[in-house]
Amino acid sequence: MSNLITLEKLKAGWEIFLDEAPLALWETFYVTVLSTFFAFVIGLPLGVLLVVGEKGGVLPLPKWLMQLLNWIINLLRSIPFLILMILVIPLTRAIVGTSVGTVASIVPLVVAAFPFIARLVEGSLRDLNSGVVEAAQSMGASPMKIICKVMLPESLPSLISNATIAITTILGYSAMGGAIGGGGLGKIAISYGYQRYNYPVMLLTVIVLILMVVLFQTIGTKLSVSLDKRNRGKQRHH
Amino acid sequence: MIELQHLQKTFHTAGGDVKALKDVSLVVPDGDIVGIIGLSGAGKSTLVRCMNLLERPDNGKILLGGRDLTILSEKELRPIRKEVTMIFQDFRLLQQRNCLKNVCFPLELAGVGREEARKRGKELLELVGLGDRCDSYPSQLSGGQQQRVAIARALATDPKVLLCDEATSALDPTTTRSILELLRSINEKLGITIILITHSMQVVETICRHVAILDKGVVAEYGDVEEVFSSPKTAAAKHLVFPEGDEAAHAVDSDGMKQVRVVFNGSDATGKPLIATMAIELGISANILYASTRNIGRKTYGSMLLGIPGGEAELQKALSYLEKAEDVTVKEVKQDE
Ligand SMILES: Nc1ncnc2c1ncn2[C@@H]1O[C@H](COP(=O)(O)OP(=O)(O)OP(=O)(O)O)[C@@H](O)[C@H]1O
Ligand SMILES: [Mg+2]
Repeated sequence: MSNLITLEKLKAGWEIFLDEAPLALWETFYVTVLSTFFAFVIGLPLGVLLVVGEKGGVLPLPKWLMQLLNWIINLLRSIPFLILMILVIPLTRAIVGTSVGTVASIVPLVVAAFPFIARLVEGSLRDLNSGVVEAAQSMGASPMKIICKVMLPESLPSLISNATIAITTILGYSAMGGAIGGGGLGKIAISYGYQRYNYPVMLLTVIVLILMVVLFQTIGTKLSVSLDKRNRGKQRHH
Repeated sequence: MIELQHLQKTFHTAGGDVKALKDVSLVVPDGDIVGIIGLSGAGKSTLVRCMNLLERPDNGKILLGGRDLTILSEKELRPIRKEVTMIFQDFRLLQQRNCLKNVCFPLELAGVGREEARKRGKELLELVGLGDRCDSYPSQLSGGQQQRVAIARALATDPKVLLCDEATSALDPTTTRSILELLRSINEKLGITIILITHSMQVVETICRHVAILDKGVVAEYGDVEEVFSSPKTAAAKHLVFPEGDEAAHAVDSDGMKQVRVVFNGSDATGKPLIATMAIELGISANILYASTRNIGRKTYGSMLLGIPGGEAELQKALSYLEKAEDVTVKEVKQDE
């Protein structure tokens, strides 16, 4: 270890890091946020369908459709991300125009993350007390109104916690994008740490990644707790 | 008027078919308060959930103001559900909305404008005695207060009928009384028909005018609360009213003491207690060997088995004394009977 990390190497690594990190940090940040966003755009409705579409649900769907949906989600979730990245190259080309680069790495991330998010959303909605949904039905609410005015708002705190899990997971995956030409912190870690054995740069990069996870997690948890009106009971009423 | 005609409902479960409602017919006049009482599993919740079609009966009709609800589609039912609203044992308020917004929820669904809905919501919270808690969240309220909010919410769309499924079962006796009081005043002020599911006779006695006894998916008895509770005719009704069974019909072992069965058929409970006055006036202190009586309205119903010490003479004195009391029948029971 001692000849791997010397003071000179550390100093040189620090300089390289300072030079490259700001852009990489920004790239990682927007790739993560955008991927999470798009994955939610697809995964949230699917997660809702998984719950409302089943037999006895708010909006029962044909059984074959539900099975197909479950099947696709399970299939996508079982493909390892490294392989998925390669598999979706044609799709990436079709959407972005190229399969390499930072923006292009968003596509495989979204494809990998939306089924995961669909399952997280499904879990959040299933945790909801079915009584309130039935109460809304007894008031004559349409399925759409029940979804938009009862199910989603009532499970908002749980959805936010799950979004936090999603964004930190996607952050980790985004670093893998560096392996197929994506930018960001992952690229620095791989090109310096793996290809040039420059451990100090890699370590610094990892520290930044850890700090980002901590930051996302802290904000997510705070948001989820502070938005949860069920916690109001613990405060004094005036 | 709500009229149920030959409702049937069977649940098909993995463990076999459960006939929750076998053949239920019931007529509830407008403005009435009807209790539906029965043992656990009798089908009470299923019945009340059929009334607003949360559960679709397999057979039978539900007529609301002469209109059959069972032939309506989910979509056609939505406006009906503004007329037949419901409150639940577990309140079922939206936890992420404050009280006012909970009460406004059905108005939002009905497309009432925001300001108008808020105004109406405030009035309703005022009505249920929570005018100062508009901004509180359900988690900040006690169970009784949450049920009040739920009642306000149920009243928001000016319903004709309010269904209550064990609305007070999660509450303590004092809170139960205040909620029943609120329901009664709503019935009187707004003329809303109330159908109340419960397994407490006390709840029925406190507020209902009519009671239906539901037993294993059929209505065993339906009528005036006083009538049904004072002289239950069917085995199911007797079992509910006198869960311990009518022991007073049989003599018990009591060291050769003479035994008398006293039946109270709605005798005045506000006057002097009969057994105590007999002790004072005749000097006969009867032993109460068994008693199962209850006061309904201001009247006593039920029966007692008394042990009269002191032989034949005392017995005859006691018998003639007790016979003079109004609405009481007396009979000697012999040990070997
Ligand atoms: N959704 C359902 N699926 C299957 N069986 C059901 C369902 N709902 C009710 N049942 C069955 O129907 C019967 C009547 O149930 P119901 O809930 O109406 O009884 P209840 O009188 O309300 O009882 P309790 O006083 O315990 O609430 C029970 O045997 C119950 O197991
Ligand atoms: Mg029930």
